[in-house]
Amino acid sequence: MITAERKPLDEIITMISPYKKLLIVGCGSCVAECASGGEKEVGLLGSALRMDARLTTRELETREITLERQCVYEFIDQLTGLIDQYEAVLSLGCGAGVQAVAEVFPRTPILPALNTLFLGQTKEAGLWLENCRGCGDCRLHLFAAVCPISRCAKQLFNGPCGGSQGGHCEVHPEVPCAWDLVVTGLETQGRLDLLETVYPPADWSKKQGVGFRRIVREDQQ
Amino acid sequence: MRRESQLKKVLTAGHFAVTAECGPPKGADPESVIKKGRLLKGSVDSVNVTDNQTGVVRLCSLAACALLKQEGLDPVLQMVTRDRNRIALQSDILGASALGIRNILCLSGDHQSFGNQPQSLGVFDLDSIQLISTVHQMRDDSQILGGEALSQGPDLFIGAAANPFADPFFYRVIRMAKKVRAGAEFIQTQCIYNLDRFKEWMSQVRDRGLHDQVYILGGLTPLKSAKMAEYMGSQVAGMDIPEKLVARMKGVPPKEQRREGLKICVETIQALREIEGVKGIHLMAIEWEEVVPEIVKEAGLLPRPN
Repeated sequence: MITAERKPLDEIITMISPYKKLLIVGCGSCVAECASGGEKEVGLLGSALRMDARLTTRELETREITLERQCVYEFIDQLTGLIDQYEAVLSLGCGAGVQAVAEVFPRTPILPALNTLFLGQTKEAGLWLENCRGCGDCRLHLFAAVCPISRCAKQLFNGPCGGSQGGHCEVHPEVPCAWDLVVTGLETQGRLDLLETVYPPADWSKKQGVGFRRIVREDQQ
Repeated sequence: MRRESQLKKVLTAGHFAVTAECGPPKGADPESVIKKGRLLKGSVDSVNVTDNQTGVVRLCSLAACALLKQEGLDPVLQMVTRDRNRIALQSDILGASALGIRNILCLSGDHQSFGNQPQSLGVFDLDSIQLISTVHQMRDDSQILGGEALSQGPDLFIGAAANPFADPFFYRVIRMAKKVRAGAEFIQTQCIYNLDRFKEWMSQVRDRGLHDQVYILGGLTPLKSAKMAEYMGSQVAGMDIPEKLVARMKGVPPKEQRREGLKICVETIQALREIEGVKGIHLMAIEWEEVVPEIVKEAGLLPRPN
């Protein structure tokens, strides 16, 4: 899923300051799972903003709504008719959600309340880990299902570097060295032959080299 | 001006090689590079120039190598993949060769978060092993990545690093084997303090026959004080300083600790010369380059071959 964190309240207050009527829009998908932009977080943020407005004697009228998905037109359409009653939208969607809403309603400013972070997994309650960089060329089968791009600080394909000690990454000692996991994983699976391979340079044009990426599938059109 | 790599010449002639590290200044002054070069001249075969080591901005390795070359030294260009993509790396490799630089040490580099530009983007377009094979392909096939032909390939003796003290231990020799397969011709190791572990690693190297395929130079950093020994052992990742060595440093009064550090260094050199497959040493006397001639002399490695 896509993970995100809510921006600091002060930053959001500064961002909404030109507006008196605000529609706060959450998203019930990824950002709800990582507890940053779901219905509950929309409610908490709405209360905090209204309380701040009262304390600073500013005028602020809000309404809260959470879409099932902020990045898909069928769900965004629920805002039609409603959005015109507000001066701006404060979106608790990821970066894709904010842009998708903005494209449908170009006259209304859509303000991001979240900082979108990474593709990751929920490891345990309150802990999310990045484990995919969307490189467009998945080779997890060669690395004992540990991604060297997102989980190694130097994105080494032929790691580990000389800083791997005691199974820890020298850059982030609190996390395991990804290459230590690759090596021990392949050892467990009896695939040490894969460690001898010299992997050639990656083709980053599938990742960020080409800029804006698209998927076009005629069978879905 | 020397036209071939002195390091390669010394090693292929069967001499025990001596290289030393020279860190460029945090400024545009050529004098400090020249001064360090003159200090080392005659005591070492080649001088490694670090490439923004620990992620700290310094005078570039390529320019410092060119300055040393003018002084009649044989520079080893250290090149890290942290700061440049494959376009810039390949371009600098061609430039280095055109300036008469004949050695390159291919590294991934210390992570940018350790330096004075922690907000920078770590490039890591290639990793160190991919850089080795890139230089190799450019030199032997006169081709850049992707196969396009060069008007002239670079003339470089290709080196790589190895750290026998990092983990997982059994993998360290596999990694070095990969570097050799990619095209590495000489290896400079991480600082050796734990001789037992180094000997164990060397026996794995010999088991694979790698000592006959690549020249291995043992890395050494003389200890300045007991404090430094403690700090490096506990705070620097990938460094292994045995307790008994720290105790030995602590056992002498602070004023004599430098002397003791040099003594340990010379003893380690003697021990390395006895190990089958070790073909030389690489001295990394960080900001203490003036001590190199003394160590080389005390180790009985003077005069250096012509």
